Amino acid sequence: MTVASTEAANGDIPVPDEVANNVFITNIAKLLDPVYNWSRRNSIWPVTFGLACCAIEMICTASSRYDLARFGMEVFRATPRQADLMIISGTVTKKMVPTIVRLYNQMPEPRYVLSMGACASGGGPFKEGYNVVDGIDKFLPVDVYVPGCPPTPQALINGLIALQEKIDQQSIATAPWYNKKDETAGLYPVPVLGPDLVDLRQLDIIRQEAAKYQAEAVAADTEAEPAAVAG
Amino acid sequence: MSDTTLDQTAEIPETGVVQTPAQEATAKLKELHPNIVSDDTREGYEGLIVYADSIAEVARTLRDDLGFNYLSSVTGVDYIEEGKLEVVYHLYNISRGGGPVVLKAQVDRDAPVLPSLVPVFPGADYQEREAYDMYGFHFQGHPDLRRILTWDGFNGHPLRKDWKEAFYEEDYKPFGSRWPDGSVFRAEERNPYGKNVKYPPGWVPTGDEYDVETDVYLGLSYSRDATPGLKTDKVTVNLGPQHPSTHGVFRMVVTIDGETIVDLKPVMGYLHRNHEQIGERNTFNMNMPYTDRLDYLSSMSNNLGYAITVEKLFDLSVPERAEWIRILMVELTRICNHLWALGFLLNDLGALQTPMLYYYLERELILDFFEASAGSRMMCNFMRFGGVAYDLPDEVRGTPTMKFLEELIYNRLPRVLEQGDVLMTGNEIVKARAIGVGILSPEDAIAMSAAGPLLRASGVPYDVRRAEPYSYYEYLDFDVAVRYNGDIYDRYLIRIDEMRQSLRILEQVLPHLKRTTGAPVFGEKPQYALRAPRAGEAYGRVENPKGELGYYVTAKRRGGNPERYHVRAPSFINLTTLGPMSRGHKIADVVAILGSIDIVLGEVDR
Repeated sequence: MTVASTEAANGDIPVPDEVANNVFITNIAKLLDPVYNWSRRNSIWPVTFGLACCAIEMICTASSRYDLARFGMEVFRATPRQADLMIISGTVTKKMVPTIVRLYNQMPEPRYVLSMGACASGGGPFKEGYNVVDGIDKFLPVDVYVPGCPPTPQALINGLIALQEKIDQQSIATAPWYNKKDETAGLYPVPVLGPDLVDLRQLDIIRQEAAKYQAEAVAADTEAEPAAVAG
Repeated sequence: MSDTTLDQTAEIPETGVVQTPAQEATAKLKELHPNIVSDDTREGYEGLIVYADSIAEVARTLRDDLGFNYLSSVTGVDYIEEGKLEVVYHLYNISRGGGPVVLKAQVDRDAPVLPSLVPVFPGADYQEREAYDMYGFHFQGHPDLRRILTWDGFNGHPLRKDWKEAFYEEDYKPFGSRWPDGSVFRAEERNPYGKNVKYPPGWVPTGDEYDVETDVYLGLSYSRDATPGLKTDKVTVNLGPQHPSTHGVFRMVVTIDGETIVDLKPVMGYLHRNHEQIGERNTFNMNMPYTDRLDYLSSMSNNLGYAITVEKLFDLSVPERAEWIRILMVELTRICNHLWALGFLLNDLGALQTPMLYYYLERELILDFFEASAGSRMMCNFMRFGGVAYDLPDEVRGTPTMKFLEELIYNRLPRVLEQGDVLMTGNEIVKARAIGVGILSPEDAIAMSAAGPLLRASGVPYDVRRAEPYSYYEYLDFDVAVRYNGDIYDRYLIRIDEMRQSLRILEQVLPHLKRTTGAPVFGEKPQYALRAPRAGEAYGRVENPKGELGYYVTAKRRGGNPERYHVRAPSFINLTTLGPMSRGHKIADVVAILGSIDIVLGEVDR
């Protein structure tokens, strides 16, 4: 096997002449990235997680006619701890979204989210409903959006290929999950069900709005009082 | 078979005229309870208005003395202008068929209290909980009156007409901002939180929001010991909402003793996407694509149910060819759905995936046909008021349509049923797991308002296509499939029987399709912007693959939108039987029992 010139690869590291022909120095990321990405892109395991109508098309995609196994993705895991990809296949409701975020937090990194269909991407036809979350991207980072209501299996496969291309461009040197200093980074706060869905990142806004309302109420009272006296 | 008209005029007809069972019962009821029952005299309405406090008594008379032993639908309606809330009950006579006896109980909007029907009809359980959740009715005597579709602690009762959601814009569509001028904005931008949320004015989070779920566990029974004489600990386990065998986002809270189920409570609402509330804002026509997403495995049948109901309200007629196309589509949907159900039932029984893959190959062919006719594989949006959207296509995947259908109906589908029979029906494991497990007696099935294959597998030959025929079903020759043991195995077999009967129907439909080629598929003129010609109500029901699917629609005169739009979802009500059927069985059996009920969450939660 011919070996590239050591000096061309990395001039900073001195290599003794007698071993120069046997040593190949390169950037570790450059060498490993293709292997690492190739193995990861061809074995993306999704969570067995159907939400609504889109789940049916997801199952059809995994069945014999469209055969997701061609892409190494047929291994649907029932536990998030063994999965790499979460396909949000259907309408995300307020009652369900705490569970979804909790599941996402339980997935080991690297992990990806594919938002399948109109509902998951933006609420879809049910957007205005009182129990519907208008897009999972309000709570989780989405990697690929697949349009359609529901997307056909071909569309879903196209979205998964897009995800593979995305994985191809990643490098272990820069991937966020390998240079984490803060252990809670990448964990998303689980929303809470109150009188309506409460996003814990928005507590300040909720308090501000409440204060604003109370100030208005006080102002209305002081206005009303003189009128009452006059009446 | 008895008379099939829905005519509910309350006057006693002249002698010599044959009365329908419903008319007879209505007349008798007025004799028996002259002071508490009166005719609903509002224009376009039918049935009886019952003094609210006596509703249980009247229901008991209907069940015990008049044979109306099947409570199909319970729904609330908000008449905000009159300051009243109304509960509408539809009851049927299982043995004689025919139309419903409609009871209505009106209560004050501020104090909506009335007796529960659960002691008389256990099937009212979930529907009353739904009415409580959506309207705030307090059903006295209900054993477990909690919210069912939203969560405990939810603010308000969303189907009341004065309740506004976060993205509220106007009462009726089309919204002035979008039509006819079409200046579109994103609703998020007008909301301070940038999300579809709304809090009570001045509300500040306290931290108590975390405890919303305790009520579910409080209602569970811990008392029974599975092994007599042995004192054991009970454990409560949650199955779902993310669980591969719950067929979607369904959750069961189970108390177990060892592996034996002591008590089971379903928890739903994880896919509650406000079908009814959105439907009351939409125009009539806009609701058609939404019905696809109810039972998303059988969108064509959902379309048909809604089309039939609105046609009743609007007095529209349907041309002959459109009726044949409707039956073709609906029966293919039934096969489609049952193939799916069987695949998953066998999956739940342990035959992982392989039978499923066999069944889905054939299902894909049916979907191909739907795609060629309607443009979409699953969400067909194919029926219209007074017809169907398109005529049959010229070809499906390169094959002329009629040839494709003949190949499908005479060759491919019978073959896959045969194959399934040979490989699965006699299989020892299937028999060992399914025979004698999850038994539902016919009395219980009727009392709990079970419908469809679940009811018929328990030995009750009740099929809406025969009991109250719609479309052209009265001219078609088919048998109502029925099995008598009421266990998982019978529910498996009955689906195969039903598919065979569907094929029989399809074979009769094909010649009619050939004969009517080229005939119109749409009545008079296209119905785009419909306005109700009369005020009033309409209730239509069809035999969906999962059971009886009913729509209750009310409208104002010249109104373009339904005032009340309710769906009687078979999967939702069939779940009442899950708890009683599972008690005493093992955890692994519950999965199979649920699979044999065949639910779809889009319809359970709506």
